[in-house]
Amino acid sequence: MTHLITRRAALALTGSAIAAGSAGAQGIPTQPAPALNLPIERGATLRMLRPVRFVQPDEEVFRANCARFAQANGVEVRVDFVGWEDITQQTAVTANTGAGPDLIIGFNEAPHIYADKLVELTDVAGYVGTKYGGWKAMAQRYGKRAGSEAWLGLPFGASGGPLVWRKSTVNAAGFERPPEDHAGFLRLCQALKAAGKPAGFALGNAVGDGNGFAQWLVWSFGGYLVDENNEVAINSRETIAALEYLKELYATFIPGTIAWGDISNNRAYSAGECHLTANGVSLYFSLKNDAAMRAIADDTEHSLLPKGLAATSPMAGLTLNAMVFKHSRFPNASKALLAFLLETEQYDPWLQANLGYWSQPLNAYSNSAVWNSDPKVSVFKGVMDTTFYAGYKGPISQASAAANADYVMVQMCASVASGQATPQQAAAEAERRARRFFRSRR
Amino acid sequence: MSATTAAPVWTKMRPKQGALSRLFDWKPFLAFVCLLPAVGLLMTFLTYPLGLGIWLAFTDTTIGREGIWVGLENFIWLMDDPIFWSAVFYSVFYTGVATIGKFALGLWLALLLNQHVPFKSMLRAIILLPWIVPTVLSAIAFWWIYDPQFSIISYVLVDALGWRDTNVDFINTAWPARWSLIAANIWRGIPFVAITLLAGLQTIPPSLYEAALLDGASGWQRFRHITFPMLLPILAIVMTFSIIFTFTDFQLVYAITRGGPVNSTHLLATLAFQRGIQGGQLGEGAAIAVSMIPFLVFATLFSYYGLARRKWQQGEGND
Repeated sequence: MTHLITRRAALALTGSAIAAGSAGAQGIPTQPAPALNLPIERGATLRMLRPVRFVQPDEEVFRANCARFAQANGVEVRVDFVGWEDITQQTAVTANTGAGPDLIIGFNEAPHIYADKLVELTDVAGYVGTKYGGWKAMAQRYGKRAGSEAWLGLPFGASGGPLVWRKSTVNAAGFERPPEDHAGFLRLCQALKAAGKPAGFALGNAVGDGNGFAQWLVWSFGGYLVDENNEVAINSRETIAALEYLKELYATFIPGTIAWGDISNNRAYSAGECHLTANGVSLYFSLKNDAAMRAIADDTEHSLLPKGLAATSPMAGLTLNAMVFKHSRFPNASKALLAFLLETEQYDPWLQANLGYWSQPLNAYSNSAVWNSDPKVSVFKGVMDTTFYAGYKGPISQASAAANADYVMVQMCASVASGQATPQQAAAEAERRARRFFRSRR
Repeated sequence: MSATTAAPVWTKMRPKQGALSRLFDWKPFLAFVCLLPAVGLLMTFLTYPLGLGIWLAFTDTTIGREGIWVGLENFIWLMDDPIFWSAVFYSVFYTGVATIGKFALGLWLALLLNQHVPFKSMLRAIILLPWIVPTVLSAIAFWWIYDPQFSIISYVLVDALGWRDTNVDFINTAWPARWSLIAANIWRGIPFVAITLLAGLQTIPPSLYEAALLDGASGWQRFRHITFPMLLPILAIVMTFSIIFTFTDFQLVYAITRGGPVNSTHLLATLAFQRGIQGGQLGEGAAIAVSMIPFLVFATLFSYYGLARRKWQQGEGND
């Protein structure tokens, strides 16, 4: 999808955007911050890539925001919306050929992989961070180069997959809400199984849900794939404890979860066959927007994944991460655009348009009206408060992304759950595979 | 008139041919030039990608980073990788079992269709359907049929008939998943075999059967001594194609199980895609793809020479 925003188009869009902007600007606290000094290059034109929308208003508001930047600064801004599967490849091509878009909003680790091809964004991050109450823990992790204060990317939001559960079923099982400790959570799942309304978490090759569950399991027991020095550390006492726990937990699941893809738990939950799972907010909205499913939606609650032994809920969302390429002839205009998009007048309406699909990276936006629009989505405002991230707890790298995409941790869990391997064998196999991804090169 | 005065011009000797036109009149050169477009197409779309794939297999290229020559490192790693060997095993098993199934059922179907049955042409058209439907569509249909929660077969057995208490486990554990995929592949492959063998059957002269009938041959003897030997050449060709298509299958497995549960249904093609594209390890993915070549060459040679070592292949008369 291509959309060219010219000044003329911008004028047409301004009306609704300004209305939305002024409405959204309320209630976001700001701190004084020294203004950015980014003189915009003469005759600048910008081209940006970003992933396609979850919901239609996302795209509309985003375009309106860019149009206002175009109008205010006399800069032509073109935004291309790219399919989620394609953005990684297009980022790779852009970085390697040194041609194409000036800036890309990619996913997760992308700025860290192409660090040497990017313009540092420390000044923008500093300004926005100071003004809007500081960056959240996860945003700092994805934004900054590991072990330094230099910002390579500007996180724009993250989408997480907390627990989704049927309130009536959980209450009938004797629990007010899913417990935060492992033993309690297991008791809940056993009670649900006994009631014939079981829990279910994807253990198949499901990029989002499978990794989300496997990461939660290992992290909540204190395990991790690699340590701070990027040494593979998955074969640990903590991991084995997690896998021992999984054996008991898996026995309570609805049958078939080892074959589950990303969509399977949505279907099983919507059909009323599964009463506790983990998913993004999309599941709730699909129920809420379907009159036939309204009863299930009304009975649905969200809560963060159980902490287990961890201090914060072990959950790594999918993060939007913006980057500016060195090959851009208009780095100042690019940076100014990103700063502009993160300001209240633009960011808050955009956040609201997304209904909770994306959660803010800056503390001040926790006060956004979106989190009061429906009490059932308010839990998503904390998605970026977690200290966990894909590849925890090593530096964010291509290796950790590849280990994720190759389902190293998911398959470790699935092989134990299915009885194909003992926890020790599974952890050793995961270690063997992970070492390959994390081997030093050259 | 002027025409008559101009006439002597026409009777003159033809001017001497230029070097260029003499070159183009030279047969070997002309043939070479005429072949060039075809060679160019083949080089661009066949040799270059194949060559690039083989080259990548000897590098550590990843998506987003150019690789360096690592020699046999990728292959050495794969030698020790149980997932790779599991994919080799399943590729061979899948191809073997599915091919036997497709040929047994396909030949049977062809023999049935070769009889005089009412609505013959309509039946033949219907038989072709599984093969005409785009693979990914039928794969999605099977994905639903095998779904752990919403399988139509489970629904019939559990809810409608009450014969079972639990849903059928099609793809949640290793062996059921392997057999389920083979069943889907056989279903999809039968029409191709049946229709091509039917074409072969129809080339067998009826006079042979009449002679056999006069000699008092039984139905089995007629099949064993007339139908089967006469069908063998086409059988060899069809089997070669079938083995290649099955061994390199991708869509069915990728759409139904994505290689799961726990990698037990990865074929070499799906594993190459998983490692090379999803996992970003282009070099390793290419190495897996390259390792399919020996299997394919062997399978092709086996069915071509093993099954149909007949004189007509060497260009001589068929007895």
